[in-house]
Amino acid sequence: MMTVPDKHRPTTDLARSIRRHVIKMINRGSGAHVASCLSIADLMAVLYGKVMTYDATNPKWEERDRFILSKGHAGAIVYATLAECGFFPLERLDSHYMDGSEFSGHVSHKGIPGVELSTGSLGHGLSVGVGMALAAKKAKRSNRVFVILSDGECDEGSNWEAILFAAHHKLDNVVAIVDYNKLQSIGSIQETLALEPFADKWRAFGWHVEESDGHNHESLAKVLAAAPQIGGKPTVLLAHTTKGKGVSFMENNVKWHYYPPKGAEFEQALKELEG
Amino acid sequence: MKEAFINKLIQLAEADPKLLFLTGDLGYGMVEPFVARFPDQFMNVGVAEQNMLGLATGLAMEGHTVFAYSIGNFCTFRCLEQIRNDASYHDANVKIVSMGGGFSYGGLGITHHATEDLAVLRALPGLKVVAPSGNWEAAEATEAVAKTPGTIYLRLEKSIAPESQAPGEVFTLGKGRVIREGNDLAMLCAGGILGEAMKAADALAEQGVKTRVISLHTIKPIDTDIIVRAARETGGILTVEEHGIDGGLGSAVGEVLLDRGVHPKFFHRIALRAGFSSVVGSQAYLRAHYGLDAAAIKAVATDYLNRV
Repeated sequence: MMTVPDKHRPTTDLARSIRRHVIKMINRGSGAHVASCLSIADLMAVLYGKVMTYDATNPKWEERDRFILSKGHAGAIVYATLAECGFFPLERLDSHYMDGSEFSGHVSHKGIPGVELSTGSLGHGLSVGVGMALAAKKAKRSNRVFVILSDGECDEGSNWEAILFAAHHKLDNVVAIVDYNKLQSIGSIQETLALEPFADKWRAFGWHVEESDGHNHESLAKVLAAAPQIGGKPTVLLAHTTKGKGVSFMENNVKWHYYPPKGAEFEQALKELEG
Repeated sequence: MKEAFINKLIQLAEADPKLLFLTGDLGYGMVEPFVARFPDQFMNVGVAEQNMLGLATGLAMEGHTVFAYSIGNFCTFRCLEQIRNDASYHDANVKIVSMGGGFSYGGLGITHHATEDLAVLRALPGLKVVAPSGNWEAAEATEAVAKTPGTIYLRLEKSIAPESQAPGEVFTLGKGRVIREGNDLAMLCAGGILGEAMKAADALAEQGVKTRVISLHTIKPIDTDIIVRAARETGGILTVEEHGIDGGLGSAVGEVLLDRGVHPKFFHRIALRAGFSSVVGSQAYLRAHYGLDAAAIKAVATDYLNRV
């Protein structure tokens, strides 16, 4: 069986819902990384609402597309997406970041249907995803492996080992997506460790490069649904995003890498995210 | 020891097409027969141990049993976080195999001395740690490791303790082996250095001292019963390992004894106490240099026995 739950639901509606969940979850648990979640909300909505093949009632279905959040600090939006797409009841989100919960700030798989890989230390997800992609090739399965990385995460050398490997072994079933919001933990990419010319670096490593507005659902769906576009080459999508997207005062402000919205800020954030 | 490993791995690969063997660009002179027979089950992933361990985890999650091979510190310390977060936390069927335990590559220098690996890997939850003493144990351990679910560290080395298994003996992960009986003292060993303990026991026997020599090939989970019996039934305990003094076999044995409230008449750890070694030498030379060889073990044993 193969389902994408509620194909008729507009991905913009899904994106709005998961953004609102994330604001509430991070407010309730006084968690962090709210802006990192908002940055990829549209990507998550397009992947789970339109692009990926999976069965929420059978999360380990062999033919499913795999998804790994390598930037594990945005765990809240993965949980929110999985709950909205039917992997587990929405009420479970209430325990996020609370004492005794399984829903840690950095994404964890234990006891949570649909999470493929626990992450949180940067530079791990792509190698594991590449391993899954290699296994799919060996088993002659046609599923794809989507891995979301942060731009700051690309500082980690381990990614470039995986990038070399995937191209060398022609793993065209790997789709890396970089949340390219140009901000890292305490400063900009440009002032911390510049990545440009970023697309050229991936190309030089043998990858097919796509670029898109990371918040334009139509464009994201077109690029991601078509992957792999070039046989024999892994694909990377450089998704140009805005950190904190959707909440005006969080956008492009590194403070919201860490702070949970409280009081009036919380109310204001939810208001801005009303349908 | 690596020949025993690869020969067993070839048998296992034949029986299980989902068994994969990855190497981080090491194993020249060892991997060839495997590659010749099972090219689709082998992959040289390049000099990239972090990726090797992540890759191994991804493959294991999809149903493969993955052996990941390199030299001592490279497939352990270099990618320790991948072992912890990716393989071990996910209970992945990843088998980390290092060649070069202790001073196997003594002449190559400090980068190639694997003298803290047991301590570090022993600390990771869920991970099993195995250090065979000879070719039989290495082959049997390879099979046991392949057939035991989860993430396991298998430490191979150059020195090989003499074969001494009983007819029909069955190797069991987590169960130590009494190699030689005796009640005057016990030597609890891990790895090929067991051969030095055997030589020391021979020399002690000439003086009428009967030594119980035990191979604790599995350092985690450790065989608590065999340790407790040795403490209760013999005149004292020596632990013997080619590894730093902190956190290895000796520490593990000491923890068992304290936890069980068992106090041997003496307890001494034969291990590397000098820290990093900048001295060049063969495995045998460095053992003698750092007081880990048969003569040093015998001297320590004699000293304790004379105090009683």
